[in-house]
Amino acid sequence: MRRWLADRWVMGVALLVLAYLSLPIIVVAGLSFNRPSSRLSYDFHEFTLDNWTHPFPTLEMRDAVVRSIEIGLIATVISTVLGTLMAFALVRHGFRGRAGINGLIFLPMATPELVMGTSLLALFVAAQIPLGFWTIVIAHVMFCVSFVVVTVKARLAGMDRRLEEAAMDLYASEWQTFRRVTLPLVLPGIVAAALLAFSLSFDDFIITNFNSGTTVTFPMYVWGAAGKGIPPQVNVIGTAMFAIALLVVGASSLQGRRARRAALAAPVAAVGAPKSAS
Amino acid sequence: MGHETPAGDLRLANLTKRFGVFTAVDDLSLTIPQGSFFALLGASGCGKTTTLRMIAGLEEPTSGQVLLGDRDIAGLRPYKRPVNTVFQSYALFPHLDIHENVAFGLRRRGIRKVTDQVERMLSLVQLEGYGRRKPAQLSGGQQQRVALARALINHPQVLLLDEPLGALDLKLRRQMQIELKRIQTEVGITFVHVTHDQEEAMTMADTVAVMNAGRIEQLGAPADLYEYPATAFVANFLGQSNLLAGEAAGHSGDDVLVTAHGARFSVPAGRARADHGSVFLGVRPEKLHLVAGPDQVPAGHQHLGGVVSDASYVGVSTQYLVRTPWGSELSAFAANSGVGGRLPVGTPVTAHWDPRHAFLLPRAAGEDDQTSPLLDEPPVGALS
Amino acid sequence: MSALAHVPTSSGQPAAPPGARRGRSRLLPYLLLLPGAAWLLVFFVLPLLQLAAASLYDPSGSISTGYAMTWAFGNYPDALQQYWPQLARSFGYSAIALVLALLMGYPLAYGIAQKAGRWKNLLLVAVVAPMFTSFLVRTLAWKTILSDNGWVVGLLRDVHLLGADGRLLATPFAVVLGLTYNFLPFLVLPLYASLERLDPRLLEAASDLYASPLRAFQKVTLPLSMPGVIAGTLLFFIPATGDYINAELLGTPNEYMIGNVIDSAFLVRLDYPQGAALSFLLMAAILAIVFVYLRKAGTEEVL
Repeated sequence: MRRWLADRWVMGVALLVLAYLSLPIIVVAGLSFNRPSSRLSYDFHEFTLDNWTHPFPTLEMRDAVVRSIEIGLIATVISTVLGTLMAFALVRHGFRGRAGINGLIFLPMATPELVMGTSLLALFVAAQIPLGFWTIVIAHVMFCVSFVVVTVKARLAGMDRRLEEAAMDLYASEWQTFRRVTLPLVLPGIVAAALLAFSLSFDDFIITNFNSGTTVTFPMYVWGAAGKGIPPQVNVIGTAMFAIALLVVGASSLQGRRARRAALAAPVAAVGAPKSAS
Repeated sequence: MGHETPAGDLRLANLTKRFGVFTAVDDLSLTIPQGSFFALLGASGCGKTTTLRMIAGLEEPTSGQVLLGDRDIAGLRPYKRPVNTVFQSYALFPHLDIHENVAFGLRRRGIRKVTDQVERMLSLVQLEGYGRRKPAQLSGGQQQRVALARALINHPQVLLLDEPLGALDLKLRRQMQIELKRIQTEVGITFVHVTHDQEEAMTMADTVAVMNAGRIEQLGAPADLYEYPATAFVANFLGQSNLLAGEAAGHSGDDVLVTAHGARFSVPAGRARADHGSVFLGVRPEKLHLVAGPDQVPAGHQHLGGVVSDASYVGVSTQYLVRTPWGSELSAFAANSGVGGRLPVGTPVTAHWDPRHAFLLPRAAGEDDQTSPLLDEPPVGALS
Repeated sequence: MSALAHVPTSSGQPAAPPGARRGRSRLLPYLLLLPGAAWLLVFFVLPLLQLAAASLYDPSGSISTGYAMTWAFGNYPDALQQYWPQLARSFGYSAIALVLALLMGYPLAYGIAQKAGRWKNLLLVAVVAPMFTSFLVRTLAWKTILSDNGWVVGLLRDVHLLGADGRLLATPFAVVLGLTYNFLPFLVLPLYASLERLDPRLLEAASDLYASPLRAFQKVTLPLSMPGVIAGTLLFFIPATGDYINAELLGTPNEYMIGNVIDSAFLVRLDYPQGAALSFLLMAAILAIVFVYLRKAGTEEVL
């Protein structure tokens, strides 16, 4: 009995902590089906599907969500391109000042968002750049680039250089080698980086808050509504975000598992296949 | 495209590659006749892979030429050379299936209809029906064959093989050695094979070049290299040798006379790489026979006395160490053919050999006797 | 296409000398780095310099009249004197949250890395799952969970851990709980990564060599997971200290952290010099703590 406990108490604690981490999501999902008793109440009152059938109670909230998606897409494209180029330079080329570049990429990830947000605001004000949609895009690209570099770099570094040599040996020019071998092999890393960038951008509040002027993104909308009462539809958006992300993760892990299972099945299949040379 | 170039021998002329201060390949010159199976044999770091990569175009020579027929290809990009490579651990494209891996080179050269050729090539390497699998779904031996098919389908003038069997287990390696030799005979392409495994080089290649420190120590047919090595390095790297330090003491008829450790020996002049000054007198362990006393030595054989200091039974043979009166040890292999009993440690014995099996090598003054340790294969071959 | 495309390939013609094709590729890395590095220099480094400058502006200026650069170093002591409670609270709350997060995160990371078997990947997804949805929305969910009418408060009142009108929401407890919750995954992930590499045979070896489970943990597991503990601690502490969402949504002005003050300095009171000075103070304090922490953790035996 003591042994049994000793072996399992860690897992027990771990599951309790996971429950603590999961509780708010469950609550958000539950509240998305709630008809609150009053505008300022956060308690569960009555079950309804209305929030899901009418996810945008106001034009303002719909615009905020649309704007967040627009900003997220633009920031994702720019930061993915910039970050991927940097990752290639870092992994594939020698150059002077590598330490400086590494520092430049690492620092934004280690700096509090508050400091990045306020400093960018200070710059925009000093340069008299009007705050709005594009200043938000600039800010989001800035903090997404580093994460893209790190993600793509990991994928690139894990790639066997000999595959590119083999392609060149097999009559592929530099461009063909990149197009046919390098890019397809790095693509999963680039896609992962883009998804990460989008989710960082879509969810950012602190930096956006300082650099948005009067432009309202979805997090800004939630922040503004927190004081005067959050419409329950906010929880619909939150639940939908969660479901979409979960689907993406599930699909990619399923794909990975299928590939692994195929690899495991191979030796078994080989037994029944044409006899190998002997 | 490289194909139209008149076929010809592969020649390396004064090829040198330096990485900073380190000279990986040092003024290398050699000719590889068209259609031959050529092995570059050496320990890791001897420059054999660098040589191969310079032929492939993956490394630029610091100086020198790589000539295919009359044409210097040293400055051409890899994809401009009629040369293909089977890479160490294969480098199969993991995102493409076997069919597309094999078709890769054809497609890059703009050939549309590839299916027939790919099928034919897969059947040459006995992988019919595997076209739709991904590389990760194949065993090591199968991957090795795909790598071979992927290179051969391009009909290169020269096929380069970089330790192609290194990742396979022993049994599969033996199988693939035979297989590779068969395929080479069938397609008639020049194979240049880089390996650290002397047995692999000897079973497959027509010509073996033993490399050491960026230079070629000796080049020739496997049997010639083994029976009559040119340097102490080759004598020890290719199989094992007993090398006795001695001084050449003039000629007697067709023989070169040697004094070593106070005794006089002779070697036929045709087996002497040196006939004056400091020399090594070499005898292979399997050519060294042990008998109870000098009276049992056959006529014409030469001999010396000693005491058995170690005996290892390895099944097919028993490997003895014999301690000489001057303190060095000689190794001798006795086949377990059922003739003669085993000699326990401490037995006084006489070791004898036919002088026609001995050889003389130049020796740097001050070098002492050399005996390979009691191992099945030289230890250099075990790691790469 | 290669720079050598024009090189004649017919036999007998000399090829270009080696090295000729390297010229362009020397420039390539700089071209690849240029756009990203320029973006970071202009929109990350330059703003920091501007923030430093702004923190020394004449505090009597305003957005409309403009600020004069007067090297007003006095902004710093002024801001500190006025807002030291909030600054201290930022570090205090984060420190308490960090301790809680370590106590929860270590067993969680250890359990997933060493005990979860085939459930490993699923549990890992569960750890990052909270980040799949909006930070603000899930922080607001705590408002529901901790609400005065909720079952948590009800239960605590029933067992008399809370008085009849005691509450959780709008207390320091709620803020610390929110901080712990929001940044826990950042601590667990690097910790998991280092514990996952831990070879379970090391623990078997330790117990073979007369170590009790506690001793084995202390002498083998913990030291080997220190890189993960350090990385996780920093990834938790830095954003937690700069956070003001939890204090705003789950607390009251009595729980305000330095972020709330900076937010209002820039966006409500429009006192840029003071906001900039506070931002810089926050960054300097974090850097100092990180530096001291890394030195201690890096050079000394941990236990």
